[in-house]
Amino acid sequence: MRYLIAPGFFGSGPVHVALAVGTVVAVTSAVTGLFAVTRGQSFAGHSLSDIATTGGSGAFLVGVNQFWGYLAFGAGAAAFMEMAGVQRRRGRDVATGVVLGAALGLAALFLYLGTLRSSTTGASFTILFGSVFVLTPSTVPVLVASALLALATVLLLARMLLLTSLSPDIAAARGVPVRAVGAAYLMALGVSVALSAMVVGAVLSTAMLIGPAATALRVARGPARTAAAAAGIGAAATWLGILLAYDSFYWPPARHGWPVSFFVVTLVAGGYLLTYLRPRRRRDARHEGAEREHACSPA
Amino acid sequence: MAAELLRLDGVGVRLGGREVLRDVSFGIAPGEFTGLIGPNGAGKTTLLRVILGLQPATAGSVRVSGPVGYVPQRLGIEPDTPLRVRDVVALGLDGHRLGIRLPSRARRDRVDEMLAAVGAGAYASARIGELSGGEQQRVMIAHALISRPRLLLLDEPLANLDIASVHGIVSVLARLARAQRAAVLISAHDMNPLMPVMDTIAYVAAGRVAVGTTDEVVRPEVLSRLYGQHVDVLRVHGRILVVAAGAAAAAGDAQVTAVG
Repeated sequence: MRYLIAPGFFGSGPVHVALAVGTVVAVTSAVTGLFAVTRGQSFAGHSLSDIATTGGSGAFLVGVNQFWGYLAFGAGAAAFMEMAGVQRRRGRDVATGVVLGAALGLAALFLYLGTLRSSTTGASFTILFGSVFVLTPSTVPVLVASALLALATVLLLARMLLLTSLSPDIAAARGVPVRAVGAAYLMALGVSVALSAMVVGAVLSTAMLIGPAATALRVARGPARTAAAAAGIGAAATWLGILLAYDSFYWPPARHGWPVSFFVVTLVAGGYLLTYLRPRRRRDARHEGAEREHACSPA
Repeated sequence: MAAELLRLDGVGVRLGGREVLRDVSFGIAPGEFTGLIGPNGAGKTTLLRVILGLQPATAGSVRVSGPVGYVPQRLGIEPDTPLRVRDVVALGLDGHRLGIRLPSRARRDRVDEMLAAVGAGAYASARIGELSGGEQQRVMIAHALISRPRLLLLDEPLANLDIASVHGIVSVLARLARAQRAAVLISAHDMNPLMPVMDTIAYVAAGRVAVGTTDEVVRPEVLSRLYGQHVDVLRVHGRILVVAAGAAAAAGDAQVTAVG
């Protein structure tokens, strides 16, 4: 046990905070991310994380906690995307690519200027790749409240979102305000990106949104079970990542812990790859049946 | 006709400056099975969208009384969408509501009953995106009927299906509509599979609609007036074929292929 859990893990204040915030954020991001994947908005999530990077680095430059930068730019970009209707990948690659490139260029400038002023390189690392161990205690209640709000929004809209992904026309015909529901969901996605940026960094926040959801979609069926699996996978990767990051303090190069985000993101990706090792599911039997049915058709 | 479920009066639709539908008037009575027949691009989908309120009419009036069920032409879903067949049918009950629901025995039984009624019980736990076209149509009919609508609209549910699936779906539809006493308005470019079950035909061509029994409407003089060019109505091996004289363009493509 000593070798798995380094001494002092459970007694450390920063570890408690990291575990608490990490869990809430992981669960929120995983559930929100599941709808992003289902709605074909993974790309929107990725765009939001690029733009949040600019917000975080701008906040660092002006001396504000980076969460406010992530939040302002993430939610602001979500609102803009909704108005401009650029949430989906199709046909908008080029324009979006240019805008996102410019956003990251701006982030580079902000980080550079910020580094000149404060002469720490650690801050830019924190913004790009996160550090759940150095959360300012005063922001913790804000982070938890934002996460719960985003999660509550997504759960409140869950059935409408599912019906809309089945068919926007059916949803509209049944009186679902499809546009408004999409806008509210996109705001929740912007908040989730900002929160994930605090845990694994702005650049890597997509991994917490999309990774657990993508893995859950491969192992679970049904909306409730898939959401629960995504939340579990996200939380497990976060816990294990925090534990390994804490342990890595004793790994070479000694007295320098490895970044939490490395572990969390690697665990998420590893979990996804593991699903490809499983034997193929029983659905395949059904598929053969469907193919036979087609084979019979005269066409 | 006191208790009509649907009444269209002089409905016209312009889309991007083009007149898609002109002076469409007809009604649907409870329990009536109406085929909305016409070639591709005739305006069948537009008319269904107007009835559903998804597309505003630019002229005339549309009155719908009671809940309407809808089966769209295509589902835009990916194979990994986390909706099982039973989830899709359950969304037909309350997919338009806020919040999440707890699982309940009664709901589950109701969904299972509906799935059995359309013959989709065997794949209740499969993902909707993994089904064949005919299987998906059965599930979507269950989705639309579980909320017990008075009127069911279906947009080309028989397109791109093999013959066995077409017959299966038509008979499921006719049986359930009768059992639930729901009126049906179903669009199709080929009227033949619907001949045994249709009470009324609404034939769409060149933006106009002729309504009546098939004997009244599917006649050379009526359809020629509708198309604005001479068309023939042929009966070959029990199938009705609408064929434009000289050009094949005016007829539903299935019929033309059969003639050629």
